[in-house]
Amino acid sequence: MPKKTYRQAINEALRQEMERDPRVILMGEDVAGGMGSPGEDDAWGGPLGVTKGLMPRFGRERVLDTPITESAFIGAAVGAAVTGLRPVAELMFVDFFGVCFDQIFNQAAKFRYMFGGKARTPLVIRTMYGAGFRAASQHSQCLYSIFTHIPGLKVVLPSNAYEAKGLLIQAIRDDDPVIFFEHKAMYDEEAEVPDEPYTIPFGEANVTREGGDATIIAMGRMVNFANQVADELAKENIGVTVVDIRTTSPLDKETILETAAETGRVVVVDESHPRCSVATDIAALVAQEAFEHLEAPVKMVTAPHAPVPFSPALEDLYIPSPARIRRAVQEVLAFGR
Amino acid sequence: MQLSREELLHAYRQMRTIRAFEDRVHEEFQAGNIPGFVHLYAGEEACAVGFCIHLKEGDYIASTHRGHGHCIAKGCDVRAMMAEIFGKKSGLCGGKGGSMHIADLERGMMGANGIVGGGPPLVCGAALTAKTLKTGGVAIAFVGDGGSNQGTTLESYNLAKVWNLPAIFVIEDNGYAESTASSWAVAGSQVGRAAGFGMPGYEVDGHDFFAVYAIAREVVERARMGGGPSLVHVRFARYYGHFEGDAMTYRGKDEVPRLMAERDCLKLFRERVLEAALLDAAELDRIDHEVAELIDRATAEAKAAPMPTEADLLTDVYVSYS
Ligand SMILES: Cc1ncc(C[n+]2csc(CCOP(=O)(O)OP(=O)(O)O)c2C)c(N)n1
Ligand SMILES: [Mg+2]
Repeated sequence: MPKKTYRQAINEALRQEMERDPRVILMGEDVAGGMGSPGEDDAWGGPLGVTKGLMPRFGRERVLDTPITESAFIGAAVGAAVTGLRPVAELMFVDFFGVCFDQIFNQAAKFRYMFGGKARTPLVIRTMYGAGFRAASQHSQCLYSIFTHIPGLKVVLPSNAYEAKGLLIQAIRDDDPVIFFEHKAMYDEEAEVPDEPYTIPFGEANVTREGGDATIIAMGRMVNFANQVADELAKENIGVTVVDIRTTSPLDKETILETAAETGRVVVVDESHPRCSVATDIAALVAQEAFEHLEAPVKMVTAPHAPVPFSPALEDLYIPSPARIRRAVQEVLAFGR
Repeated sequence: MQLSREELLHAYRQMRTIRAFEDRVHEEFQAGNIPGFVHLYAGEEACAVGFCIHLKEGDYIASTHRGHGHCIAKGCDVRAMMAEIFGKKSGLCGGKGGSMHIADLERGMMGANGIVGGGPPLVCGAALTAKTLKTGGVAIAFVGDGGSNQGTTLESYNLAKVWNLPAIFVIEDNGYAESTASSWAVAGSQVGRAAGFGMPGYEVDGHDFFAVYAIAREVVERARMGGGPSLVHVRFARYYGHFEGDAMTYRGKDEVPRLMAERDCLKLFRERVLEAALLDAAELDRIDHEVAELIDRATAEAKAAPMPTEADLLTDVYVSYS
């Protein structure tokens, strides 16, 4: 199978869905780039080149550069979705959701319910998240827990290029608003990705490692860190199961509870802050519904309750590391023994 | 319009300091010594300096992601700025902010801003403080052409006008927002927008320090006297990419070299003051030399300074947390 980067996988999913369905359009700041400028057209393809090449192929009527006006264009994507298009809007960094959240959580998320089941809002918002880029406090946040909190939104966190393609195609074909989180530190990471279109259903977690001693539940980039730790520990004859939850909403409770019950020793890894987070949500779920199987308290490995610092020296301490995950696994393994 | 010798020397020194600072940051970034997103102000110096020269202690400015120039023009410490950009503990923000969040409230600099359109509402607030406490202060929002389209900016015009705030909106139009031309992205005109909100609006050549200076004086004075907000549309060019690492393929072939040759604010300033015999060349050369030394020193110190440590990671999230 061909190897592709996370960036290429996303680009390919967009291209194939745009070919399949003329109602799929893209919009965002510099998603093509060069609008009105004297030099090269399609100059950017987004700040990290993810959508490059799509405008030349589909034209500016389907790949729309926008002014810097998130509230208006994200809202326009919502309005277009509820009236017959299938927009994929790019919110460049998820940190910018503060500018446009009303259109997402009061409008898009609630139409279906408020209108008595009469609305469909097939919208995808692609957005970059995560630390590690030395991008400081306003360009490094995770924030997916905030979207997960809102009924009516679906929230997707692909953990590699294969996942990204399948989950993005699923998102575009889905009839509800989907927030699609791309980790900015993963765009150059490669995986085997089929050329043909395929989908990965929402709400079905992926067990990426199987082992009998402890369970790590993770999402997004943290799945890779968890896999790394599981591989290291496997060499020491410690079996670690790793669950990639793939989507935080819907959440695959069944797989989480099953794998938690199997080992009774659970670590949840979440790059986000520790309060009111996906990690606390999963820890609460396990505590409430798998209590009788637990051999140790659930451990969380997260970023601290602090903004993301700029200085590389601080940012490296801030992000949950494989070493910290490993320590947490060792702690749950040691508990009560 | 008569500027004193001191003002002329100060303005030139400030513009030269910004240029030298940005050129050095560019070099250091290229060499891999500076991480993160860095947006440089080179080419735009006359605007920050032309406005801030009219400000006093107690006046505020809010900047953009392209904030180094505003910082220097508002009197922030250049050495601490450099250390900040290198992520060092001795930096202006202890290394926690970096280029995009460089700030010094004691100097009235409310921060570079990672959020386009983040500044104008904050400036309404600073102007409200000045008005409420009767400090006689004014506040200036620097906003890019791209940022001028943000709802927060347009809402701030309205609020500043209906509250009659001592606020000034400076639209820094360098022709592009990232790779997108302002001629495409901005509907109507900046001055027309000002008129729509009942504010005086001006357009000025931002390469010409003296032109900026004159209009800035008028709008700052108006705000100080209780005459309310104004908008100034400043046109100029940025010399480097949107951020460091931008290949700038969207720009015209000779665009930047031509602008540097013909419309460089430092060259124009020098020509003008020499022609009118306001200053002599030796004085300007001396400033160039002193600035170069300052930047060398700031860079060397920043490189040698220690990084923050684990003990710093969780400090200053709150004033107190209990
Ligand atoms: C709310 C928000 N949207 C988008 C961005 C990404 N972004 C950073 S700078 C920029 C372009 C800004 O253009 P302009 O206001 O003209 O300022 P310039 O860079 O030209 O100085 C964009 C789109 C952002 N930082 N914040
Ligand atoms: Mg601009």
